[in-house]
Amino acid sequence: MNIEEIFQQLSERFGEAVRPGNFAALDPWIEVNADAIGEVCRFLRDSPSMRFEMLNCITAVDYLEVDSKKAAKASFVPHMELLYHLSSISLRHRLVIKVMLPRWRGEVPGQLPQVPTVSHVWRTAEWHEREVYDLSGIEFVGHPDMRRILCPEDWVGHPLRKDYQMPEEYHGIRAR
Amino acid sequence: MAEEELQKTLMNSIPSINPEDISVGSESEVRTEELLINMGPQHPSTHGVLRVVLRTDGELVLEATPHIGYLHRCAEKIGEHVTPRQWIPYTDRMDYLAGMNMNLGWALTVEKLLGLQVSEKARHLRVLIVELGRIASHLVAAGTYGLDLGSFTPFVYCFREREKILNLFEAVCGARLTYSYITIGGLMADLPPGWLDQCEAFLDEFEPVVDDLHALLSVNHIFVKRTAGVGVLSPELAIAYGCTGPVLRGSGVDWDLRRDGDPFYTKMYQDYQFEVAVVRDGRYPQPSPAVPLEAVRGDCWHRFFVRMVEVVQSMRLVRQAIEKYRRADGDIGQPIKLNQKLPAGEVYLETECPKGQMGFMIVSLGDAIPWRVRARSSSFCNLSVLPELCRGCLVADVPAIVGSLDIVLGEVDR
Amino acid sequence: MVRLLSDWLTLTPKYEWVAYVAVGLFQAAILLALVMTAVAVATWAERKIAGRIQDRLGPTRVGGRFGWLQPVADGLKLLTKEDLIPASADSILFRLAPYLSFAPVFAVFLALPFSEGWVAHRLNTAAFFILAVLGLEVFGIILGGYASGSKWALLGAMREAAQVVSYEVPLAFSAMLPVVLAGTLDLVAIGEAQKGWFWNWFVFHDPFTFIAFWIYVTCAVAGTNRAPFDLAEAESELVAGFHTEYSGFRWSVFYMGEYAAMAAVSGLGVVLFLGGWNGPIPLADWLGLTPEAGAIAGFVGQLVGSINFVLKCIIGVVFMISLRWTLPRPRIDQVMSMCWKYCFPLVTIAFLGATLWTLFLPDGLLNWGHPKAATREASVVACFAEGQAP
Repeated sequence: MNIEEIFQQLSERFGEAVRPGNFAALDPWIEVNADAIGEVCRFLRDSPSMRFEMLNCITAVDYLEVDSKKAAKASFVPHMELLYHLSSISLRHRLVIKVMLPRWRGEVPGQLPQVPTVSHVWRTAEWHEREVYDLSGIEFVGHPDMRRILCPEDWVGHPLRKDYQMPEEYHGIRAR
Repeated sequence: MAEEELQKTLMNSIPSINPEDISVGSESEVRTEELLINMGPQHPSTHGVLRVVLRTDGELVLEATPHIGYLHRCAEKIGEHVTPRQWIPYTDRMDYLAGMNMNLGWALTVEKLLGLQVSEKARHLRVLIVELGRIASHLVAAGTYGLDLGSFTPFVYCFREREKILNLFEAVCGARLTYSYITIGGLMADLPPGWLDQCEAFLDEFEPVVDDLHALLSVNHIFVKRTAGVGVLSPELAIAYGCTGPVLRGSGVDWDLRRDGDPFYTKMYQDYQFEVAVVRDGRYPQPSPAVPLEAVRGDCWHRFFVRMVEVVQSMRLVRQAIEKYRRADGDIGQPIKLNQKLPAGEVYLETECPKGQMGFMIVSLGDAIPWRVRARSSSFCNLSVLPELCRGCLVADVPAIVGSLDIVLGEVDR
Repeated sequence: MVRLLSDWLTLTPKYEWVAYVAVGLFQAAILLALVMTAVAVATWAERKIAGRIQDRLGPTRVGGRFGWLQPVADGLKLLTKEDLIPASADSILFRLAPYLSFAPVFAVFLALPFSEGWVAHRLNTAAFFILAVLGLEVFGIILGGYASGSKWALLGAMREAAQVVSYEVPLAFSAMLPVVLAGTLDLVAIGEAQKGWFWNWFVFHDPFTFIAFWIYVTCAVAGTNRAPFDLAEAESELVAGFHTEYSGFRWSVFYMGEYAAMAAVSGLGVVLFLGGWNGPIPLADWLGLTPEAGAIAGFVGQLVGSINFVLKCIIGVVFMISLRWTLPRPRIDQVMSMCWKYCFPLVTIAFLGATLWTLFLPDGLLNWGHPKAATREASVVACFAEGQAP
C-alpha cells in the first residue's frame, strides 16, 4: 500500500486526529494527534490491509534553536516531534508516523510533555519509550515501567534536549 | 545501603511471577528462600558491561532483569555537533565487532538523503567488505558462545580465522577493529594489489574450518543438549519485541533486509545470489548438517545455527563480489567533501547487520551539520526480549540465552 | 626399615613407636614428592596439550623451548600472592578446606601399587580403601564453597556435592567388577591376576567389563570435577565456583588436589582394568626379570613394571586433559540425569552380566593359561581364614 492509501484508510477511521504530513519527502509521513496515537497504532497493527507488526524505532527530535541569533531566522516554532517508524513483514511496506508535542507541558518548563504509550501494541516500545523518556524527556502515560534506561537512575536532566546543560559534577566526579 | 534501597524499588516496580505458577511438582510446596543473584557488570559471559539481576529459587530463574547503560556514550548528541563524515568513527564504535557494517549503514543513510549513487566498482567492493565483516562478527558470536558453554577450543579456532579477516582489513584500511573505511560516497581507498588473491586464499582455507566448527558445536551432543529447547522465542513475540536478524530468523521468520528492505539498500545486492538463512520444511539451505531432533524452532540452537549458515552464504557472496569487482570498470569514486552542505530532509534507513537490523536516521535542516542523528540498534531490541526468555529456566541457561542473542554492549548503549 | 632404625637408635620396645613415626614420615615425604612431581608434570602437560588442541604452542619460555619449568614458575607465583580472606568468610573453615580436599587424594597413593613389590602400604582391602578415601575429597570442596561467604561459591559447592556424591555410586560399582573377577580387594593381587598378554587385562575379559570400564572412565572424570563435568568451577557461569574467593597458596592446594585426583583415579583404573604394571607382552617374564631370579633382576623387573604403570597413567591423564579442551559442559540437571538414568542402570547390568559370565565361562573369553576361577573361591575363603591376601 502506498502512503495515500494508508492515509485514506486512517482518515476514514480517525477523522481529524490524522493529518497528512509530507507525502513527497524521502520518508513520507503522516501526522497523528498525541491523544489518538494509541488507537491509531493498534489499528495499524491489527488491520488486515495494513498489518504493521513491527515497530522499528521511536525517535524524539527537539526543535529549539538555542543560539538567539539563529533563533530569529529559524524556520520552525520550538516544539518536539516524536517519530514512529513502522514496517510490515507480511505486506512489505513501511510508514512513518509523527506526533507533534510542545517542549514543555502547559508551557511550564520542567513539566514533561505526555503521550499515551504504545507498549500495549508493540512490546518493543517498552524499551524505546524508556529511552525517549531518558534522553529527550517525554513522558509516556500508561507505560508499565517508566524509568531511565541508559543514564543512571539518579541522573538529572534529559541529555538530548537542545537546552540541556551537563551537570558540573556527578557523585564527586567532575563532569565538565 | 542506598544501593540496596534502589535495588528494592527497582525489583518491586517490575511485575513479578508467583513461584507456584511455574510447576515444579511438589517442590512448590516447600518454602525456600529466593536468591537475588547479580550477574555482571563484570562477568565472563555477559558479552560486555551488562548487568542481569536474577531472582532465583535455587537453580530456577523466576525473573531476569537486564540493566544497561554502562557503555552509554551518547553518540547521538555528538552527531549534532559534527558533520556526517566526522560521525563515521562513532558508528564504528557501536557494534565494534562489525565496524564495516555500521559504517555502511550510516553511509547509505546519508547517501539516500543526498541522492548520491556510488559507482558499480564501489558497490561490489562494499558488498565484499561488508560480507567479510559479517563472517568476522559471526565467528566471534560462535566462538564466545562455545566459551560460555564450557567449550574452550572453538573459541580459539574462530579467532584464528578472524585474525585472517582482520589482517585483510588491516591491509585495506590500516585498522583491525574501528575501520571508518566505508564512507559517504564510496570507500576511503581502493584495494591494495594482491589483496583479492589473499582473500580467495582465505576463503579456501576457511571452508573446512566451518565443518570443524559444526562438529565441535552444532552437532555436538552436549552442545545440543545445552541449547536445544532452551529459550524458545515464538515468531510473534520476536516481532513484538522488535527482534531482528538471526534472532528473528531463528524463530522461523523469513525476513532479510538484503532481500526485503529499502530499495536503496537492496539494490546494492542486485544480481547477487544468496539464500536467506531460515529453516524451511525443517531444513536449512544446504550444505549444512541436519537439524537435531531435540531442537525446537526459536530456541538457542536455531539462533546459533542461523549464524553458521549465514557464514556460508556470506562466503558465497564474497566470491561473487570478487568476480564482479574484477570485471567492473571505472574506479571507486570519491567521498563527499568533509563539510558538504546537506539538503533539508529526514531519512531513516535500516541495513542488515550481523546482529540484526541497524537503523540510522538523519534529520537535516540544510546545514553541513545534521540537526539530529539516531541509531536504532539491533542488540537493544534483541536484549529487551531477555526477561521473557529467561523466565522459568535454570541459572545455567542464562548464559546460553544471552549468548544466543549475540548482543554487543557498544550497540545496546551507543 | 622400622627394625633397622630402632636398632640404630637403640630404642627400647616402649619407644619403638618413635621409629614407626619417623619411618612413616619419611615414606610419606617420598610419596608426597612423587605426587607433587606427578601434579607438576600434569599441569605442564595440560597447558601444552590444551595449546596444541587449540592450534597454538602453550608455554615455551620458562625452562627452555618446551617450558619444562613452567609449573615451578606457577608455583612460585602462587606462593607469593597476597593472602586474601573475604570479610564474611568463616576463618577456620576457610583455611581448613583446601587441605581437607587435598589430603584424601594424597592418601590414595598410599595404597596404589606401582608394581608387584612397589606399594607404599600393601592393604588387603586396597580397592575399598581407595574408593572410600576418594569420597572424602568432596568435604573439602563443600566446605570451601560454604566458608567463602559468597553466593556464587555456595552455588558451586552445592552443585559439586550433588555431582560427586552421585557419581561415586556407579564408580564404586564399576570398580567392584574387577574385584569380582579377581576375587580379592587387594590391588596387588588384582594386578597379578592380569599377568601375561594384553588380552588378560580385565577390560578385555568380557563385553560387560568393557562397558564397565567406560562407565568407570565417565564416573572418574565426573568425580574429579574435570571437564566436561566441571560445573563446580564453571568459569563462564559462576566466575570460579567454589574456589572464587581463594587465591595464592590455598588455591594452588585445591588445584594440586584436582590434578592429584586425576592421577589417582587414572592409576586406580589402570590397576583395575588395564593390567596395572603388566605390559602388553610379557617381556619381563621372558627375560627372566622376576624376583625369584635374584635381587637385581627383581629390581629391574619391578622398575619395568612401574614404568608400564606410569605410562598407562599418563595415557589416562592425557585422555582426561584432551576431553576437557574438546567438549562443552552439560547442565547440572543433565549431569545428574546422566548419572542416575544412564550410568547407574548400565553399570548394574554390566555387573550382573559380568558375574554371570564368570559363572559360566570362568576362564574368560580366551583362556590362555591364565590361573583363575576354579581355585578362586577356595582362595577367597583361605584369605578370610588366614587374614592374608591370596
